[in-house]
Amino acid sequence: MSEEKILLAHGSGGKLSHDLIKQIILPQFLNPSLEPLDDSAKINNQEGSIALTTDSYVVNPLFFPGGDIGKLAVCGTVNDLSMIGATPSYLSLSLIVEEGFSIDLLKRIISSIHEVAEEAGVNIATGDTKVVEHGAADQLFINTAGIGWIRPGINLSGKNAKPGDSILLSGHLGDHEMAVLSQREGFKFQGDLISDCAPLNNLVEKMLDACSSVRCMRDPTRGGLATTLNEIALMSNVGMVIEEEKLPVRESVKGICELLGLDPLYLANEGKLIAIVPSDEADRLLKVMKNHPWGRDAQMIGKVTEENRKKVVLHTLIGGHRILDMLTGGQYPRIC
Amino acid sequence: MKFIDEFRDKGIAEGLIRKIRQTSTRPIQLMEVCGTHTVSIFGYGIRGILPEQIRLISGPGCPVCVAPNEDIDLAIALSRQKDVIITTFGDMMRVPGSTSSLQKEKAEGRDIRVIYSSLEALKIAKEHPEKSVVFLAIGFETTSPTIAVAILQTKDEKLQNLFFLNSQKRVPPALLVLLQSNQVRIDGFILPGHVSTIIGRKPYQFIAEEFGRPAVITGFEPLDNLQGIWMLIKQIEENLADVEIQYRRSVHEEGNPVALKKIDEVFEKDESRWRGLGLIPDTGYRFKDPYEEMDACNFNVEIEPTKEHPECLCGAVLQGIKSPLECHLFKKICHPENPMGPCMVSIEGTCHTYFKFA
Repeated sequence: MSEEKILLAHGSGGKLSHDLIKQIILPQFLNPSLEPLDDSAKINNQEGSIALTTDSYVVNPLFFPGGDIGKLAVCGTVNDLSMIGATPSYLSLSLIVEEGFSIDLLKRIISSIHEVAEEAGVNIATGDTKVVEHGAADQLFINTAGIGWIRPGINLSGKNAKPGDSILLSGHLGDHEMAVLSQREGFKFQGDLISDCAPLNNLVEKMLDACSSVRCMRDPTRGGLATTLNEIALMSNVGMVIEEEKLPVRESVKGICELLGLDPLYLANEGKLIAIVPSDEADRLLKVMKNHPWGRDAQMIGKVTEENRKKVVLHTLIGGHRILDMLTGGQYPRIC
Repeated sequence: MKFIDEFRDKGIAEGLIRKIRQTSTRPIQLMEVCGTHTVSIFGYGIRGILPEQIRLISGPGCPVCVAPNEDIDLAIALSRQKDVIITTFGDMMRVPGSTSSLQKEKAEGRDIRVIYSSLEALKIAKEHPEKSVVFLAIGFETTSPTIAVAILQTKDEKLQNLFFLNSQKRVPPALLVLLQSNQVRIDGFILPGHVSTIIGRKPYQFIAEEFGRPAVITGFEPLDNLQGIWMLIKQIEENLADVEIQYRRSVHEEGNPVALKKIDEVFEKDESRWRGLGLIPDTGYRFKDPYEEMDACNFNVEIEPTKEHPECLCGAVLQGIKSPLECHLFKKICHPENPMGPCMVSIEGTCHTYFKFA
């Protein structure tokens, strides 16, 4: 391929489209489901319920410390499947590319998708590429949909939390949003701001192997920990008490939060999970999490309560308390 | 020393709370002037751990909250001009003007950009010589030096296309008005740490000398807040009135002379309109002659007649006369997604803080 930039013709369905798919995209992803290149992928059925999810990725900038839009597009969908106890198996991959986008960058992103799909053990089963005129999209948007099979005997839902349950968090808060923010125009933050973007399916598998009675899992992405906990409290009609001193936040993230007036409890994460578990299983599960690379800094952060139904109460560092509400009125930069 | 965790220590906090309880003998009302304090006080649950007789009331809060509708309407009118780029800090985007907001105008296709430093406006102006770039210069004394530097640099670089919509406010004369109006009893002031880092201690001296009230310039971490409150209670219980500095790691007696000099180079004191308080002498800045050409007021634009929601209590809230809980609109039709007044917009606005934490 001699062109360095994506042309409108790359999306026309003709020769250039064919070349783009054949030379740049396919070689990374070949697998029996994708290979025939028919209009749909055929997937062999397995027993149990199928989980299906989809998400679009529009992060700006496309590359950030610890990841890029491609890695995010795989991890986000893999994690959504994992959170209801499904083993992610197949993803679709749709690219919407702005005319003029660098083919080299596209190659880098495709190869990053390949790498993380391998790590997560998922196949790209089908895909699509569209090119739109300059200005009609900002460089590159990606949509992935994913399917997975829910493990037998597992029932994870935001509705399942019960008073007395323990709340586990798999690691530091806010790394992703801060890493993306640090790359924005006007910010020149130095330091160890690295996105936590990671596929969590293996961690989830280990946790469910250890304990099939986990009640609920969620990945606290946009809106952060506080918003996700509120969603669960509402769905399950329970209260929650969270201990601020147990919440892991890196010094670098804490520092910039102070500077910009942000609260790490509301920052997006892309490689963290919250698990609500029966309290007699909590210590054992925490150990399992700490033994996994994506859960090394896991903490038990609080309890589900009978009181304060549909509310999350934070016990503050200095012994006060306050209501931890959902994110409201936040300005969403494009962080995922 | 990392300047964060040391000031959030539970053991020291408990010691300070004990001292506050031992010292305090009578009901008092303290005003935290600055929204950053309000957020910290609510965020750490400080109201709940103080003895009941110590009441904290929130004051003017933040520059976004006190900016009058006229300024927002002017910004909106400017954004509708051909070939104008508006640059602003993010908080201003959602502030409702009389009939619109910058956020709504942006959705209509106006070129409105959120920036994080006044110098970014300079960069945008250089990149777009064919356009007029307007920076919404909103801020207390904390922000004024950086605005002054941007103006000086604009002049130095002979940039012809950068303008400043000047809605800066000076804090001490506004406190004078609060004390004179006597609408709400204030036994002591928790004074803003950041503003005071620039202006120092002296501009507040009248609070003690003329009105006999104690005041403490306080930092924003929970231990700062607790220590500041304790220092105020001690003064009150001993019938003293002085302006003290708790936030010594940042605030010096004379403030920051370099920053003050920059302000003085570009601006002179002027009257200014505050939401809720009206026109107050000396609470704003106007451009000195050599810089007047950069005043965005020079644009000849028609501004719509100003109107505010008749039931919005923001004006009374930021004087400490009313609590957001007394407002009929609060949480019913006024919430952060649909703010009726500026105190619900700014993350340091009193209504927003009540909404989030109370």
